[in-house]
Amino acid sequence: MSIPRRLVPLILSLPFATVIFAFFIIPLALVIMVSFWDYNSYSIIPDFIFTNYEDIFYGCIKSLPDLCTSFATYLSSLKFVFIVWLITLFIGFLVALFLAFCVSTLQMQVVLFLLCTIPFWTSNVIRMISWIPLLGRNGLVNSTLQDMGLIEAPFEWLLYSQFSVVLAFVHLYVLFMVVPIFNSMMRIDRSLLEAAHDAGATTWQTLTNIIIPLSRPGIIIGSIFVITIVMGDFLTIGVMGGQQIPSVGKIINVEMTYLQFPAAAANAVILIIVTLMIIFAMTKLVDIRKEL
Amino acid sequence: MITRNFRIMLGLFFSLFIIFLYGPTISILVLSFQGPEGGLTFPMRGFSTFWFESLFDGVGVIDIWGAFGRSIRLGLVVMVLTVILSLCAGMAFRKHFALSAFLFYATISSLIVPSIVISLGVALEFRILDDIIKYVGGNMQIQWIINDFRTTMGLFTSGLGAQLTWTLPFGLLIMFAVFNRFDPSYEEAARDLGAGPWQTFKEAVLPIIAPSLIGVALFGFTLSYDEIARSSQAIGGLNTLPLELRGLTTTVTDPTIYALGTLTTAVSFCAIFLFLTLFFILRRRTSKRPPQESLPS
Repeated sequence: MSIPRRLVPLILSLPFATVIFAFFIIPLALVIMVSFWDYNSYSIIPDFIFTNYEDIFYGCIKSLPDLCTSFATYLSSLKFVFIVWLITLFIGFLVALFLAFCVSTLQMQVVLFLLCTIPFWTSNVIRMISWIPLLGRNGLVNSTLQDMGLIEAPFEWLLYSQFSVVLAFVHLYVLFMVVPIFNSMMRIDRSLLEAAHDAGATTWQTLTNIIIPLSRPGIIIGSIFVITIVMGDFLTIGVMGGQQIPSVGKIINVEMTYLQFPAAAANAVILIIVTLMIIFAMTKLVDIRKEL
Repeated sequence: MITRNFRIMLGLFFSLFIIFLYGPTISILVLSFQGPEGGLTFPMRGFSTFWFESLFDGVGVIDIWGAFGRSIRLGLVVMVLTVILSLCAGMAFRKHFALSAFLFYATISSLIVPSIVISLGVALEFRILDDIIKYVGGNMQIQWIINDFRTTMGLFTSGLGAQLTWTLPFGLLIMFAVFNRFDPSYEEAARDLGAGPWQTFKEAVLPIIAPSLIGVALFGFTLSYDEIARSSQAIGGLNTLPLELRGLTTTVTDPTIYALGTLTTAVSFCAIFLFLTLFFILRRRTSKRPPQESLPS
């Protein structure tokens, strides 16, 4: 007995597709469905109502130009997204540039690349709390500055602040920028650089005319990763913000602990729409599949 | 051309970046050996394994070792499934098949849809499933459902599924990268020598891509072992280690938490070291193996 050749890929992909279907597509559909359901304090009730969405934006239009909670939260998330995106892009690009063009042997390249990658495979929570001994009230930074007599009282804004949230985001997720940009840079034909050199291009001209345009796909893929992670985050903002800074993810998380699933689902739908709008704008610029 | 000065500056920047990347973690590794009077910050007051002992005695009411065991077991299951499913799907994607584009974009979406949303969705899915089971059981008078049934949520149901939505996309992307660089002439040669599809796969394809599969396994295990965001709402009654750890960040105020951090980081590092060693051994073998090991004709 033999299986028709045409069917082989279909059968091979079936287990993978089943998992994606069962644990991604169905849950996503359920989130959308339940966002229209009703609920009371102990159960969720099948229905088709818009109350959950109305609750999110309750009073938002009327109170303009003052921001309601939802708008303020999204604005705060977008602010983090923008700052973290700028910083990770800057660091990620320079690190990738070094790895791709300044390391002479392939072996060294592999070693240094792994050195950048290893933290990605360790615990995020540990990497977050490891800032406490450095940035806390009596942390290394504050005590050093005080010992040197540069400041009188310890800086309070170092930890559990917007600063520490941004720092932790960059620390945790800059790799998502490094890898795709490095990948794009490695595909750049080296003879182009030689040609640029022969034609008398400066470093800056080589960067802006050759390297940056040709690493664009990597930059866009990295940006999508960083933007979506920061947009939906609730852990980093929670731990590093001392539970004081709002985020959409945290609202969803809190509503779930109160078993207000339909309200959480409505927030999740809005979050997806906002995130998808950003990604859609970016994927218009690149075809991910060709770039691996 | 990139000038020498610019290269030196980049090198310096890279060194600073590595310090930024590793510095904080090293600081808690050091602080976990804090003396008994020491606190959460520098300076070190003596050097001891006091906080490790306190960790072994248990942290409050939380069963750290139970959580640790669950994390390892779940990590291993996620690893095996990620390797097998990604490999099969990776092979499938070399040809065009019905809905292949849809599956690809669904997989990518699974990677970039915010984790909290997936966690919420999986939690809802199993909650609704529970409600259906209870409803059916109640209506049909099935005794064990009425008496004993609680929930379908758990480590190896909803927890496993939620984590796979995170590890599988990485697995598939690695397989794409592998097969984009794969030279199909090896397969053609095997076929010309009379090998069947299974034999071609086993003796020509598999040895060549084996190192990359170790890479997929590394992603599968380590990402699962440290996963929080997706499992947070979907893990059921018993937590994994990272989930317990997150709870501890707000309640524990002594270096015990650093000791735990050192321990779990050590486990991660052992796993990474093991996988990378395997990866390089396998890769050396594949690149050195002379092609004369013939297939039976």
